[in-house]
Amino acid sequence: MGNILQAYENLKNSLDHASTDVDSHGQIVIQVGSATCENAAGAQLVRAEFEKLIKTTGRKDIIIKQTGCTGRCSEEPIVGVFMQNHIGVKYAHVTVEKVADIFQEHILGKTPVAKLMLDKKTDQLYEHVVTLCGSSHCRNKFYESWNATFQKLLKEKNISDKEVRVISGGCIGMCQHEDHDEHGVMMVYPENVIYRFLNEEELEDIIETQFVKKELATKHIVHTDKMVEEYFKFYGDVSFFNKQTRITLRNCGIIDPESLDDYIHAQGFEALAKVLQQGDPEGVVKEVIDSGLRGRGGGGFPTGIKWNNTRILNPTDPIKYVICNADEGDPGAFMDRSALEGDPFSIIEGMTIGAYAMGSCKGYLYIRAEYPLAIERIENAIQMARANNLLGKNILGSGFDFDLEIRLGAGAFVCGEETALIQSIEGKRGQPVMRPPYPSEKGLWGHPTSINNVETWANIPALLLRGADWFKRIGTEGSKGTKVFALAGKVNNTGLVEVPMGTTLREVIFDIGGGVPNGHQLKAIQTGGPSGGCIPFDKIDTPVDYESLKQIGSMMGSGGMIILDETDCIVSTSKFFLEFTKDESCGKCLPCREGTLRMLEILQRITDGHGELEDLDKLHRLGNMIKKTSLCGLGQSAPNPVLSAIKNFREEFEAHIVDKRCPTQTCQKLISYNIIVDKCTGCTLCARRCPVSCISGAKKMPHTIIQEDCIKCGECFNSCKFDAIEKI
Amino acid sequence: MEISKMPITLDKDIVEYIEEVKQLEHPESYLISVLHKVQGRYGYLQKVHMEEVAHLLQVPAATVSGVATFYHFFRLKPSGKYQISICLGTACFVKGANLVLDAFMNELGIEIGETTSDGMFSIEGTRCIGVCALAPVVTVNGKVYSQVTAPQVNEILHKLKAEDK
Amino acid sequence: MLEMKKVNAIIDNIPVSVNEGTTIMEAADQIGHHVPRLCYHPHISTEGACRICVVEVEGRPNYIPSCATKLSEGMVIKTNTPELHQTRRDLVELMLNNHPSSCLTCERDGNCELQNLAYKLGVRDRLFEGSRKRYETDKSSPSVLRNPEKCVLCRRCIRVCSEVQGVNNLSQLYRGVDTVVAPAFGNDMIDSVCINCGQCINVCPTGAFLAKDDTDRVWEALNDKTKHVVVQTAPAIRAAIGEGFGMEQGIAATGQTVTALRRLGFDAIFDTNFAADLTIMEEATEFLNRFNNGGALPLITSCSPGWVKFLEHFYPEFIPNTSTCRSPMQMLSSLTKTYYAEKMGLNPEDIYVVSIMPCTAKKFEAVRPEHVTESGIPLTDAVLTTRELIWMIKAYGIDFVKLPESDFDNPMGYSTGAGDIFGSTGGVMEAALRTAYETITGESSDDIEYKEVRAVEGLREASLDINGITINVAVANGLNNAKTILEKVKRGEKEYHILEIMACPGGCVAGGGQPLTDAGKYVYPMDPTMIRKRQEALYNIDKNKEIRKSHENPYIIDLYKDYLGEIGGEKAHKLLHTHYHERTPRGIK
Repeated sequence: MGNILQAYENLKNSLDHASTDVDSHGQIVIQVGSATCENAAGAQLVRAEFEKLIKTTGRKDIIIKQTGCTGRCSEEPIVGVFMQNHIGVKYAHVTVEKVADIFQEHILGKTPVAKLMLDKKTDQLYEHVVTLCGSSHCRNKFYESWNATFQKLLKEKNISDKEVRVISGGCIGMCQHEDHDEHGVMMVYPENVIYRFLNEEELEDIIETQFVKKELATKHIVHTDKMVEEYFKFYGDVSFFNKQTRITLRNCGIIDPESLDDYIHAQGFEALAKVLQQGDPEGVVKEVIDSGLRGRGGGGFPTGIKWNNTRILNPTDPIKYVICNADEGDPGAFMDRSALEGDPFSIIEGMTIGAYAMGSCKGYLYIRAEYPLAIERIENAIQMARANNLLGKNILGSGFDFDLEIRLGAGAFVCGEETALIQSIEGKRGQPVMRPPYPSEKGLWGHPTSINNVETWANIPALLLRGADWFKRIGTEGSKGTKVFALAGKVNNTGLVEVPMGTTLREVIFDIGGGVPNGHQLKAIQTGGPSGGCIPFDKIDTPVDYESLKQIGSMMGSGGMIILDETDCIVSTSKFFLEFTKDESCGKCLPCREGTLRMLEILQRITDGHGELEDLDKLHRLGNMIKKTSLCGLGQSAPNPVLSAIKNFREEFEAHIVDKRCPTQTCQKLISYNIIVDKCTGCTLCARRCPVSCISGAKKMPHTIIQEDCIKCGECFNSCKFDAIEKI
Repeated sequence: MEISKMPITLDKDIVEYIEEVKQLEHPESYLISVLHKVQGRYGYLQKVHMEEVAHLLQVPAATVSGVATFYHFFRLKPSGKYQISICLGTACFVKGANLVLDAFMNELGIEIGETTSDGMFSIEGTRCIGVCALAPVVTVNGKVYSQVTAPQVNEILHKLKAEDK
Repeated sequence: MLEMKKVNAIIDNIPVSVNEGTTIMEAADQIGHHVPRLCYHPHISTEGACRICVVEVEGRPNYIPSCATKLSEGMVIKTNTPELHQTRRDLVELMLNNHPSSCLTCERDGNCELQNLAYKLGVRDRLFEGSRKRYETDKSSPSVLRNPEKCVLCRRCIRVCSEVQGVNNLSQLYRGVDTVVAPAFGNDMIDSVCINCGQCINVCPTGAFLAKDDTDRVWEALNDKTKHVVVQTAPAIRAAIGEGFGMEQGIAATGQTVTALRRLGFDAIFDTNFAADLTIMEEATEFLNRFNNGGALPLITSCSPGWVKFLEHFYPEFIPNTSTCRSPMQMLSSLTKTYYAEKMGLNPEDIYVVSIMPCTAKKFEAVRPEHVTESGIPLTDAVLTTRELIWMIKAYGIDFVKLPESDFDNPMGYSTGAGDIFGSTGGVMEAALRTAYETITGESSDDIEYKEVRAVEGLREASLDINGITINVAVANGLNNAKTILEKVKRGEKEYHILEIMACPGGCVAGGGQPLTDAGKYVYPMDPTMIRKRQEALYNIDKNKEIRKSHENPYIIDLYKDYLGEIGGEKAHKLLHTHYHERTPRGIK
């Protein structure tokens, strides 16, 4: 066996990184997102426009860098402009028209276009931005006092607020230092340096040197993770981002997902090289067990234990498989897609490490066919990895062989269940089979198989590079590390967020998500998708971790987090989820197949105004029976959205059943439209729009709706220009 | 006895792909991959093509049709000239996707999975396509329409019809 | 032998100690606690889908399916708690809610497993009733009807069609509540690779698969004064018909059957066993011809119409190997409309031939265009299964058990012991060997029981020394076993001389038209004990026969002398032989 680390270094050196390195060599780098969502929002057009403009200037020092998704979906397309010695600027909602302004004013004129900037509250531009570490580890103790001291010192030194903006940031990654509890940490832009200080004197020295003398306060500079530094360099000044801690998405939105070079220079494959050099597969498993990492697909089974089982349960079988479950089916969740599109190499690296630890030499990536870009990216990444001896025979000269194959899903939510997924890879109908035996004992083609989801695999390289001790410090007692959520629904900042386990729902929704739009009230939080539940507002301070969410009747799930406000009907929302599970039930086991249908019929009855109080008991009886008897996780959790909704919002169900009233005026059959005589001008628009001609009235005279004929389509309500139609 | 050969109408490259996977371990496991290729080429899975796949891959025809009908991604009927896909993910639902779907169904007089009699439009419901921030989302032949409301449906259809002329 | 490792557990407060690998259900069965079940079938793979057999295992939050879970050391199990009872009741109700309420007019009324469960578990009212699935019944096949409305999606039919028969004609299509069991592409059964064996009917817990009912046509013929109605009964009928009247398994009821048929009004009652003897004459001759003249070997038997259709879909390359002999049923029908008609001075068109068969594939065989007389009328006019005959007898009000015995009619009512054992797997082979031995050696032998080819299991091989010549034979029942042997032949692993292939596991005695065990008796089709008992009934008949070799049947000797001429000669060929052709859709092996 050769020197693997040397082989890795050689590979790293052979790749010419300088050309794409942001802000090196005085280049101006325009960063454009290129994930599915970005493209849907128009990123490709924006990029083409930039390319056109660069061409007209003939300049070679302006380059475009594509990255994956940053997760800030509601602001897309997002464009970043990075110049040496300038604070990197992110622009939101960039359109082809806006490209010209950005190019003229900022790239050529060196003046950022303040009005287009992401999360910019004022037109103010700063010389420096300082992020003070305020992550959940340190904030409670020190952030407030450091911030006050900082502000005081700035005032004393007459540094104007135009020069320095101070914001609270997430974890900059100093937590791994033993004494992190004692000191303060800050990052300064555009210098991109991190300073550490233990007392006011040190802080004053930093401020004096940095902001008065305009020099680097060299003796206070510390180095932290490259991963973290890169992330903060890009996004640390935006509150949506800097409250997050990114492990899974560490490279998303930062590196070019189609460049192996970029990945390797973000410490990519270093963990693999290290692991192969150490030559201790068992040690790798132990490290993963020690880290406390649990499956991110929803179930939360300890990853290390799963690996160990696959390693040892069937000792005589020389064939073992590793599988990446990328059949992201939870409606309203797209964490995996984003990771695959933004950082495909980390999944390959994670799987290779896992395969080495478990003694497998073949892996499968099972990806949704609905994700063409993700498939393209991962295919490309596999090819590059093969070409550079990072996959295939004798990886990095270690003697270890491992290769990957992609298998496409074809639209079946149940294939997220591991035994169904195995069936599907085997080319069959994706119907779950009885466990035990578990896949770790007898899985794909009867061989021991370890299935982990995208997010879990993506954690592996970071975990192995920094060690279990580092990983363990993030998160809570029972849930270590971070979790990615897809924030959607009635929240200002829809998108992907990655937070340390233990962050409260309130922090996720209000601090990062920016709260509920249009001045509405938050009503409930749906987590865990069709397997989870609706969490009422009064549980908002619950920390996000496996056990806490379970305790309040929901579950972690794969990471969908849908925010509902007071205009959303809980009954029809739970009906939505049940409709989904009914459609996605594979049909194999009776309780799930027939039971979800009957529950749905009952809910339909309730939303149609034909419900009876005993229907709630029936829902309970059926729901509990389905949970206790179904064959797989889909069925066992299918009733959750309904049962938790009844538990937390019983009055709303009763309003539908007893009063035949939908409090949120969502359920069509339970509402009626009325014309307010005083407001009606007799314009006849509603009468013309009504598809069943049930509105009558002479021109310029108040109209009336014939209630018996009304189909409650809402056309009149939507078309009336005088607010003369009310919905009751 | 001379056994008659089955006539094959699938494109040569697809036949070659099947021959290729037949040399690999567990050839039957490539059934879904083969069906993806066939649908990618012909737009949907025709019975004759599935029969040929069964024969070439040596997988029982009942298994092939069991698989083809199990997965929602596979289409068994040709879709309309304009394939209208309404995202029915949670984010879109919360923002009113069902109303948009109803509007499309009402306007065209067809249900999900059906095609208008003139072959112009077909409607399908898709799961989350990950464009949640622009919810509700509708795609027509891959083109994304964002934040669609029910009253806009008529407009969209009108434009498509006008385009076609 | 190594002693099996024991596992100790507690079921319903009763300590049990069972062999390692025993399921919870099997262990409970051993102590006499019958956990209600539906999709479970002991002779095919475990599905674990209906969940009715769930039990409570201490320490597990969810219920566990007892059919699919192995007992492990120290388990504490409850198979009966009020909650479990309610759960099972609700599960069965859910099944009923998506099932037609037409029990009263359903063929399976009385031995439907679903009905029986609903009764036992006390589903007396409907709590969750709603919409119900609607499908047309597929009546395209002359043998097997498919009614998806009654299907409970237990997948037994799919499992038997694939695991036992290797036909893979059925699959679940679509998913969730829209799941439906059908041939490929939802085709009609007639346009599928279905071989009509009817095993799907036998394993179906409800009436989703049924044999086509032809009793009305037979009643009509019996009441038609212009018709001379002839009936024949296959070897396996007598071995099982009594079960339909509550008689013990394994008791042959030949004499009662004949009496019953006579009382029903049939004009002549022949024994298919007679034609079985005739088949041996033709087939043994065919074999010796090929053996001596370098014809296609191994010779494969052709009595089983399920196998023949399988051959045509799946293994057309073996058509030259397959005996051209018509099945005994068709030989007898053919002779009825020629030899017998001439003898009686009847116009063949006025003869109506009814065959009582243990087999649903015979219904298809009867309508094959190859099986017609010279003037183009079908050789057999109607095929009834054993079950259909039982209904007719019951409908007529005949108390079968009390009937006196009577004999078949001549000249086609006498059979030797060789013909009698055709109904069992290995029977055709044994009968053929009895005749072949004597033909080859030219001497008579008393040692005629070829026990090496008698078997309940699906595949058996033997090598026999006849006059210094080694004859390799193999007997396969259940078409997956046939596949195994045919693939061996294709690979050239061994040179076989004769293969006996029967479509149904156990042979005709367990055919797709045989009586079903009463629901709730816990005996399933393909039960080895049941098969053995029915086989024994036939071997006992053979044992007690004076003449036990086909070529010694005096009526057969007369038949050749008076009518057919040479064995395997021109006339025999015209009347007693057929041909096969490759079929689409092509079967995939």
